[in-house]
Amino acid sequence: MENNSTENNTVLNISNVNVTFGGLHALSEINLQIEEGKTHAIIGPNGAGKSTLLNVCIGKLVPDTGTVTLDGEIMTGKLPHEINHAGMVRVFQTPEIFPEMSILRNMMIPAFAKRDGMFKFNAFTSMADEKEIEAEAIHVLQDFGLVDQMHHHAGSMSRGDKRRLELGMGLIQHPRILLLDEPTAGMARHDTNRTIELLQSIKERGTTKVIIEHDMHVVFSLADRISVLAQGRIIAAGTPDEIRANPKVQEAYLGGAEI
Amino acid sequence: MNKQFFQSDLGTMLLFSVAILTMPVWLDPVGANYPDLLQKFAIFGIFAIGFNILFGLTGYLSFGHAVFLGVGSYTAVWSFKLLSMNVLPAIMFSMIIAGIFAIGIGYLCLRRSGIYFSILTLAFAQMSYNMAYSVLTPITNGETGLQLSSQDPRIVDNAFSDAVVEGLPSTNLFGMEMSGYPGFYFCAVLLIIAFFFSLRIFRSPFGMKLQAIKSNQTRMRYTGFNTRPYLLTAFVISGIYAGLAGSLLAVTDPLAGAERMQWTASGEVVLMTILGGMGTLVGPLLGVGIIKYFENIFSSLNSNRLHEIFSWLPDGLEDFVVTVVSHFVGEGWQLTLGLLFMLVVIFLPGGVMEGIRRTSTVIKNYNAKRSQNKEAVTAAASKESDDGK
Amino acid sequence: MDVFLLQLLNGLDKGAAYALIAFGLTLVFGTLGVVNFAHGALFMLGAFCAVTLQKILTISKKVKDESITFFDAYKETPYLEIWWGDTGAAIIDWVIPISIFLAIPIMLLIGLSMERGLIRHFYKRPHAEQILVTFGLAIVLQELIRAFFGANPIPVSAPEILSGSADIGYILGMGADYLTYPWWRIIYVLFSGAIILSVFAFLQFTTFGMVVRAGMHDRETVGLLGINVQRRFTIVFGMAAVVAGLAGAMYVPILPPDYHMGMDFLVLSFVVVVVGGMGSLGGAVAAGFLLGILQSFSSLNEIKNIIPGIDQIIIYLVAVVIILVRPRGLMGRKGVMED
Repeated sequence: MENNSTENNTVLNISNVNVTFGGLHALSEINLQIEEGKTHAIIGPNGAGKSTLLNVCIGKLVPDTGTVTLDGEIMTGKLPHEINHAGMVRVFQTPEIFPEMSILRNMMIPAFAKRDGMFKFNAFTSMADEKEIEAEAIHVLQDFGLVDQMHHHAGSMSRGDKRRLELGMGLIQHPRILLLDEPTAGMARHDTNRTIELLQSIKERGTTKVIIEHDMHVVFSLADRISVLAQGRIIAAGTPDEIRANPKVQEAYLGGAEI
Repeated sequence: MNKQFFQSDLGTMLLFSVAILTMPVWLDPVGANYPDLLQKFAIFGIFAIGFNILFGLTGYLSFGHAVFLGVGSYTAVWSFKLLSMNVLPAIMFSMIIAGIFAIGIGYLCLRRSGIYFSILTLAFAQMSYNMAYSVLTPITNGETGLQLSSQDPRIVDNAFSDAVVEGLPSTNLFGMEMSGYPGFYFCAVLLIIAFFFSLRIFRSPFGMKLQAIKSNQTRMRYTGFNTRPYLLTAFVISGIYAGLAGSLLAVTDPLAGAERMQWTASGEVVLMTILGGMGTLVGPLLGVGIIKYFENIFSSLNSNRLHEIFSWLPDGLEDFVVTVVSHFVGEGWQLTLGLLFMLVVIFLPGGVMEGIRRTSTVIKNYNAKRSQNKEAVTAAASKESDDGK
Repeated sequence: MDVFLLQLLNGLDKGAAYALIAFGLTLVFGTLGVVNFAHGALFMLGAFCAVTLQKILTISKKVKDESITFFDAYKETPYLEIWWGDTGAAIIDWVIPISIFLAIPIMLLIGLSMERGLIRHFYKRPHAEQILVTFGLAIVLQELIRAFFGANPIPVSAPEILSGSADIGYILGMGADYLTYPWWRIIYVLFSGAIILSVFAFLQFTTFGMVVRAGMHDRETVGLLGINVQRRFTIVFGMAAVVAGLAGAMYVPILPPDYHMGMDFLVLSFVVVVVGGMGSLGGAVAAGFLLGILQSFSSLNEIKNIIPGIDQIIIYLVAVVIILVRPRGLMGRKGVMED
C-alpha cells in the first residue's frame, strides 16, 4: 500500500545502477527514489561515488547496468542537452559559467535554452528586443542579490557570487529536478547561511532537489530524506532523525562523533 | 545624431555604407584609388567577415576556408561558360555549391574541436587542392586554371542573342560590364549586404549563443543546447560567404586556379582576421584593408623608388638604408607581414581593434583626469576669491 | 615481389623524414604543451645549413684554365682546392656529412633562443594563439631564407661515392640490376633510425630523460618536486630543433631545398603527429614510416587505376579517418587533447 503511494509521486528513479572504472566498483547496485517536492541529500565520505552518481544522472557517464528514469522516461543513454530539456538540471560544484560574458548574459543563456529548445536559428532578432528574457533574468538576479553588478564580466566575480550565479542559472530553467553538487563547499559561514536561505525559499516553490553535501549543518537544515553512500553502496537511507540515530552511519561516516 | 544612433543597426549600416561607397574618394590621397585594389578590398572583406562569423564567434580556427573560395570561383567560371556571362546566376550557384561543400566538410570536421578541428580542415583543404591539380583536371583544368573560351556553349546568352562576339565576352550585370569601377561598386554593394547579415548575427541571440559556445562549450551542452547544429550553421554561413567572395574574384577576373585553395590562402584570411581583431564587427575589414593596401604599396616598391624616397639622406647612409629596407618591401613584403603578424599576436592579441580600444581608454582617462584637475583648480580658485571677498 | 620491395624502400626514406620531423614536433608538444607551426621551418633551416656550408666551402677565385691553350680561358676554382688540392676537393665533395657538424650547434642555438625568446611566453596562452604566433614565425623564417637564397631550389649533391645506387636485387640474390636503390637514401634511413634510437636512449636511460618523461606525464607534480622543469624543457626544445635540422640537412641530396619546403613538410608532419597520437614519440615514428610507405604504395599504377588520384590524398584521407574514428591516434595516451 504505502509502497504504491510513494511510487506514484516518484520523480527520479535510479534503479540498479552499476559503474566500474577498470576493476574498481565506483557504484554498485544503487537504488534510489526521489519524491516530488522533497529535498534529498546524499552524503558520504570523499570517493564514495557521490559525484559519479550525479554524472550518471545528467548523462556525462553511461552506467554499466541499470537505468535512470525521470517521470518514467528513461534518461540513460541520452545526451546532456536532451536530459536538460527533460527537466533535470545540475548545478556544478566548481562554477561553470561563461567568464567572458556579463553576469546578465550568463543568466539569460539558460533562459534562452528553456525558450528556444536545443537549437534555434534566431539570427535576425536583436538581443535588444529580447525584453522578456532579460526581465526574467533580472528578476532572478534580484532574488540572488546580483543585480547591482549585472553588467560586469562573470569571470571577475568572487567565488561565492559565482556559486550563487550558478544556482540561479539552474533555477531560471524551472527544472523538474535540480541536482546540487556541494552548493556550499568552500564558502564562508556567512555565505553558507545565505545559500541555505535561498535553497529553503526554493523548497517552498516545490522544486525537487538532490543535494550532495559535506556540511552536516546544511544537510540537516534542508533535507527531507538522506541517503548515505560509502564505497559505492548505499549503506543507509531515511529521514534526518533516522540517519542521526543510525549507529551504522555514525560508524562508517561520522566516525562515531555526535552530530 | 547622437552616440546611440550610431550604435543602432540603422546608424551603423548608414555609416558603413557611406564609408564603403566613398572609398574611391577617401582612398585617393593615399594612392589606393584604383579599381583593381578597391575590388580586392571588397572581396576579401566579404571573405574575412564570413571567416570571422566562425572563428570570431565560436573560436573554431579553420585552416581550410580557402576551399570554399576556390569552389566559389570554379562554380562561377563554369556558370559563365555554360549558362551566361551574367554575374547573378554565377554568384547564386557559387554560394549554393560552396554551402553544400561546407555542409559536408563542416559535418565531419566539427566532430572534433581545438587543434584537431584545425588539422581536419587543413587536411580537407590539402585534399581539395591536390585533387584540383590532378584527378579533377576535367573540371578544374589543372595547372593552367579554368578559363573562358570562345567555344563555350553559354546556353542562355546564345539563346537570346545571335550576335557573334569578337574575342572573349566579359562578365556583366544585365549588360553592365563588371570590370573597373562598376565592378567595384557591385562588390561594394554585396559587401554592405554581407556586413548587414553579419551585424544582425552578432547582435542576435544566435550570435550570443555562439559566443557562449566559444566561452564554455561543455556548459552549453548541460544548459540544454545542442551545440553541434549551432557550430555547423556558423560553419556553413562562413562557407557561403567564402563562396560568394570566390565567385566575385571570378566576376572581376574570370579565371579560377587551384592555388586559390592552397592552405596558405586559408592562412591569409586568418592573418587578416587576427590582425584587424577577431570577434569584432569591423576588425576583419581593417585587417583586409591593411594587408591588401600594404601588399600593393610595398610590393611595388623597388630599389629605384627607394632611392628616390631616401634621397634626402647622405649618400652612404642612403645606400645602407635602401639595402636594409629593400629586404622588407617588394618581394620581401611577406617578411614584413610575418613580423607584423607576430608582433600583433604577441603584444596585441585583440588586433588593431584592441589597439583602438586601449588608446581611447587612455585618452578618456586622461581627459577625465584633466577635467578633474580643472575642477579642483576652479574650486580652489573660487574658494580663494570667496576668501578674498 | 620486387615491385613490392621497391615501393617499400621508396616509402622508407620519405617516412624517415616524416618520422624525424614529427618526432620533434610531438616531443615539443608532449613536454612543453606547445603546438609549434614553425617546426617545419626548422627542418628547412637545417637544409639551408648544408647549403650555406657548401656556399662557404666553394668560395672561388678565377684561375686560368690550363687545359685550354688556344685562348685565355678562366674557370672558377674554390680556394679550398687551390690551397689543399685533392683534400680540398674531397672536403667539398663531402659537404653534406660535414654540414652535420655545423647544423648541430646552429640548430641548437636557434632552438634555445626560439624557446627563450618566444615560445616560453606562450605556454599559458591558448593553443590557437600558439599556432598563430609560430605560424607568423614560420613565415618570417622562410622569407628570410628567400631574401638570402632566392626562390629557386638549390641542389647540393651527396658525396660522389654515395651518389650511385645499391644493387639490392643482387644482394638479395635476385640477379644484377634487378632492383637498385640509391645509396644515399639507404644512408638517410639508417641515419634517422640512429637519431631516433639515440634520443630514445637518452630519454630512457639518463636522469635528465627521466625527468622529462615524468614532466610529459604530469608536469605539475614534477614541478612540485622542486625540479626545475623549465630549464630542461628549454633543452628539449633545442633537441627537437637539432633533430629537425639534421633531418633537413641530410635530406638535401634527396630534395633540393627551397624556402617553402618547411611549410610543405609541416602540414604532412602534423598529420603524422596526429595519426601517431599527440605527444606520443613511438606513435610519431611508427606513423611517419607507415604514412611514407602508404604514400609510396598508393602511387603504384595498379592502385591508381582503381582509385584515381589516391596517391595525392592518401595521407590526408588517413588523417581524417584516424582523427574521426580514433582521436587519440595510434599510440596516444588517453585524455591528451582528446575531444
